[in-house]
Amino acid sequence: MSPDGSPTDRLPTDRLDGFRELLERSDAALVLTAMAAFYLLFLSIGAILNYDLAGLISILGQVTFFTAVYALVVLALNLQWGYAGLFNIGIAGFMAVGVYTMAMLTAPPTGSPPGLGLPISVGIVGGMVAAALIGLVTALPALRLRADYLAIVTVAISEIIRLTYNSPAFSTFTLPGGIALGTGGANGIGNFPSNPVRAIYFTDPSSAASGTTPIGTAVFGFFENVLGVFRSAVIVDLTYGLVLAVVVVLVYTLLARVGNSPFGRVLKAIREDEVVAKSLGKDTNRFKIKTFMLGCALMGLAGVLWQGFGTGAVYPQAFRPELTFYIFIAVIIGGAGSNTGSVLGGAVFANLLFLLPQYLPNIIEQTFAIEADPNNFIAAIGPIAAGEIAPLLGYVLNQRLPALRFVFVGVLLVYLMQNRPEGLLGHRTETAAAVDLSEGHTPGTGPSQAADASGAAGGEGGVDDE
Amino acid sequence: MSNTGAEIERDERDAATAAADDADDQLLRVGNLRKEFGGITAVDGASFAVADGSLTGLIGPNGAGKSTTFNCITGIHEPTAGEINFNGEDIAGLAPNAVADRGLVRTFQIARELAEMTVLENLMLAPKRQQGESLYRSVLPTFRNGVIEEETELREAVWESLEFFEIDHLAEDRAGTLSGGQRKLLEMARALMTDPDMLLLDEPFAGVNPTLETKLLDRINQLRDEEGLTFLLVEHDMDIIMEHCDPVIVMHQGRVLAEGPPEEIRNNERVVDAYFGDDI
Amino acid sequence: MEPYARGRRLVRDQPGLVVVAVAALLLVGDLIGKLTGGGLTPARFGGFVWDGLVIGLLIGLAGIGLSLTYSILGFANFAHGDYISWGAFSGWAVAYLLAGIDRYAAGGLLLIGAGDGPAPGDVGVSITNTPLSIVAGLVVAVAFTVGVSLLVDRVVYRPIREADGITLLIASIGVAFALRYLIVFFFYSGRQGVTDISRVPSYDIGGVVINAHELTIVVVGLALMVGVHLLLQRTKLGKAMRAMADNRDLAQVTGIPVEGVIRTTWILGGGLAGAAGYLVVLTQGTIAYDLGWLLLLLIFAAVIMGGIGSVYGAIVGGLVIGLASRLSLIWLTGDLSSFAEPVAFGLMIFVLLFRPEGIFGGVSTA
Repeated sequence: MSPDGSPTDRLPTDRLDGFRELLERSDAALVLTAMAAFYLLFLSIGAILNYDLAGLISILGQVTFFTAVYALVVLALNLQWGYAGLFNIGIAGFMAVGVYTMAMLTAPPTGSPPGLGLPISVGIVGGMVAAALIGLVTALPALRLRADYLAIVTVAISEIIRLTYNSPAFSTFTLPGGIALGTGGANGIGNFPSNPVRAIYFTDPSSAASGTTPIGTAVFGFFENVLGVFRSAVIVDLTYGLVLAVVVVLVYTLLARVGNSPFGRVLKAIREDEVVAKSLGKDTNRFKIKTFMLGCALMGLAGVLWQGFGTGAVYPQAFRPELTFYIFIAVIIGGAGSNTGSVLGGAVFANLLFLLPQYLPNIIEQTFAIEADPNNFIAAIGPIAAGEIAPLLGYVLNQRLPALRFVFVGVLLVYLMQNRPEGLLGHRTETAAAVDLSEGHTPGTGPSQAADASGAAGGEGGVDDE
Repeated sequence: MSNTGAEIERDERDAATAAADDADDQLLRVGNLRKEFGGITAVDGASFAVADGSLTGLIGPNGAGKSTTFNCITGIHEPTAGEINFNGEDIAGLAPNAVADRGLVRTFQIARELAEMTVLENLMLAPKRQQGESLYRSVLPTFRNGVIEEETELREAVWESLEFFEIDHLAEDRAGTLSGGQRKLLEMARALMTDPDMLLLDEPFAGVNPTLETKLLDRINQLRDEEGLTFLLVEHDMDIIMEHCDPVIVMHQGRVLAEGPPEEIRNNERVVDAYFGDDI
Repeated sequence: MEPYARGRRLVRDQPGLVVVAVAALLLVGDLIGKLTGGGLTPARFGGFVWDGLVIGLLIGLAGIGLSLTYSILGFANFAHGDYISWGAFSGWAVAYLLAGIDRYAAGGLLLIGAGDGPAPGDVGVSITNTPLSIVAGLVVAVAFTVGVSLLVDRVVYRPIREADGITLLIASIGVAFALRYLIVFFFYSGRQGVTDISRVPSYDIGGVVINAHELTIVVVGLALMVGVHLLLQRTKLGKAMRAMADNRDLAQVTGIPVEGVIRTTWILGGGLAGAAGYLVVLTQGTIAYDLGWLLLLLIFAAVIMGGIGSVYGAIVGGLVIGLASRLSLIWLTGDLSSFAEPVAFGLMIFVLLFRPEGIFGGVSTA
């Protein structure tokens, strides 16, 4: 998802129409253009806020990271809901299982809470498998249920998972065989291995002071000497963002293959009319369970990459149901059923609804120099009678902007359901087949009897219009 | 299957017994089938058999229980009681996909096209046991080549079928945009793509023009003669039934009223009463 | 002779029934053992039961509205919990104002102590100290929540009345978000004390300590339930509501004024939700913007258990859930006590899987 390939600013004006056509035809061009726009937006924000180059790189890293992690979870949900119509609102729970399992497998046995000290790769795979298995346990009985019941069951399971990790009961515990493990209770786990990307740059990934690898020396040297950037952390973060972008591309490819295959065709049929799919001999429950498990595994992976290596610490509060609803809003923005829409929806949500509001107060304050900072609503609204609006603005910007963002998100969701239930970006149809179906039609090569009969029936229009 | 005049008026119990006698050439056997919804009995002890390789007609006034019988046979509804035997195997209460998997496939009275999918996708869905229906084969590089190969072959078959049913000009349209008659054709084409042993067709000619109807009937007869397919056909058009089906089963008020060759059914007083009498 | 249907039904239902029966028997046996063996004093047991009844009554009260809207409007209203929260905040704002207006500025009181507002101990709200302000707060809680639910219905749900249940469900999640964080906007995001616990008298009845606020809740809760019962049984509108909850399509055909019934449903359901939210604060002593959301899953559990659409089912379901979550503490001791809620959620999942029509399912709505 690098913006570099996007040639927006080099296009002559007379070729704009051609470019629009390209966007309509090519999903990659559409995503890259959108990302270029977001990068530009946030670079401008950084410029307004007088960030130095390190600050600008940092903001680019943030944009890349949040776009990628949102896109990842939204793709996973789209597989379940958009493809198979499985209304899962327990996403946060499955993400938690993924990252907690990874953390418990990889945390050092001597730490607090203790882990098993296994390699990171085992942790990642283990997290995905655990999330898939919890998905299986959920799906096996629950798939018989109506969509709204499945919703209630999944949200309840997600809360059970969160409360279990939150409980002091498993803060540390001992497995049979004397192996100690722990969830850390309400404090979570903070001592699992550091982001594997750091191993590219540092000889000891857990410490930036340990000395740099040859690559680290070269890259950091370039940034220091040529660009004057001395904060290695922003370079590491940007690198991780780019690695995540690659993961998104891989997952996208995976899901595109799932969609463009006989498997995806059956899912599409299930979503439309499950009875028809069954009447054609498809064991729809098996398809649904597999899809649900794959989606949960990807959610587990997203948990590992987001809250695990992204945040660097895991704690139960990160998996409140709000997280689930963010993902839903993103999928609805993109239009359920479309993978490209999912990536775009994730990008729109991450940048415009999640990141932008974090920078907005700073920009407004810098522009308008608002100093008033009342600590309650009455104190903010009282001075309006005297014509003073600054206290209210100060209250909104300094005290309540996060809350207003949620209000806005809620209103947006209602608006979408009332006006664009197919998604802001419209309903995109992606044909479910591994080959181009329109090919292979060579008129006249059909059975000769067909040609004869069709001649007898008068060519086209072999049926009555009703 | 031989039918004598006496057989026509036997009651259901005899039918079941007789059916058991010559089980060898009977592909589908329904015995004392009952289906209740709440307090309403839709099928009330129906028994009949369909011979292997036959084109059997199923007729009866509205509300006779034909569609419910279809739904019970194909697993859409769970029978309240009774036996359903297909190809020597008890299939009563099996899930619809299990029934279809055994080679017994149906079409619906009101066509159930997959509206958001193209006509091509509708047909590509149907063939059974596609390699690509396995998740890992669809995804992993080497296996996917096999999937693509199979898809290419299926595509050929699908286009041939579309040409035969004269809906190839609609191939890339969403199925929801088709007319009623076209949807019927799509459904029959789709059912045939599953390569079934027996087809249950629920009013397949409604909305189809007479020329194509004749052609379809020819095709049905051809499939029956050359490939040994068995058909059970629900149809309101008496001319079609009387001309093409043998035997004909008549249902009335949830039971089998008569069963026999068309000429005998036509002259059967109870059948005439059921259709034109006061009790409907 | 129905070998297929009956056989399959048994196979399908039996695992659930067997597990429930065995587990219930084991627990009851263990409970008797604990009570007779001295592991559990009758007073402590009584305390659990009393607590369970109080919270169960509130869950049931709030569940009536959720159950009715679920069946009459055809969707699971995820915003119901936030109606409850708004009932709590609107009611307590007024109760605070009336209780402290003679001593403190109106602003701090109306915001229930936001910012530098007066502390609960200073305002001194309790049923014995300031009974009138408590009653006034209850009335406002009901009225305000009715207003909110009618407004939301008009703006959000009515334009998409004919949409499918999932579309409405998602819209209700949007409503839930907006309502919940409007509370944060006007009030605050933390949890704050409200009542003056030091001035709430309590009574020892056979070792079980019952305080005056809990008694208030039981009296008010029962009175509201009797009121709902009379409304449903004695009035024409009530009968129309029951008919619609039973079978929406049929009711529409028979000429019941659909929009009128829907409005009444919101008035009834919203009002009861508001009252429940207000009373929850009375028993907890604290208020928080997400108090309704935290209760919502328990309320769903009660409604599903009682059978969606059934008013009495919701009440009984509420009591079952309330008792189950408190009685589970007999076994979930120490660190495990944090599993009281998951136990209730687990019960709900179990009911959904094995008796989605509710444990009293099949019995007609009332």
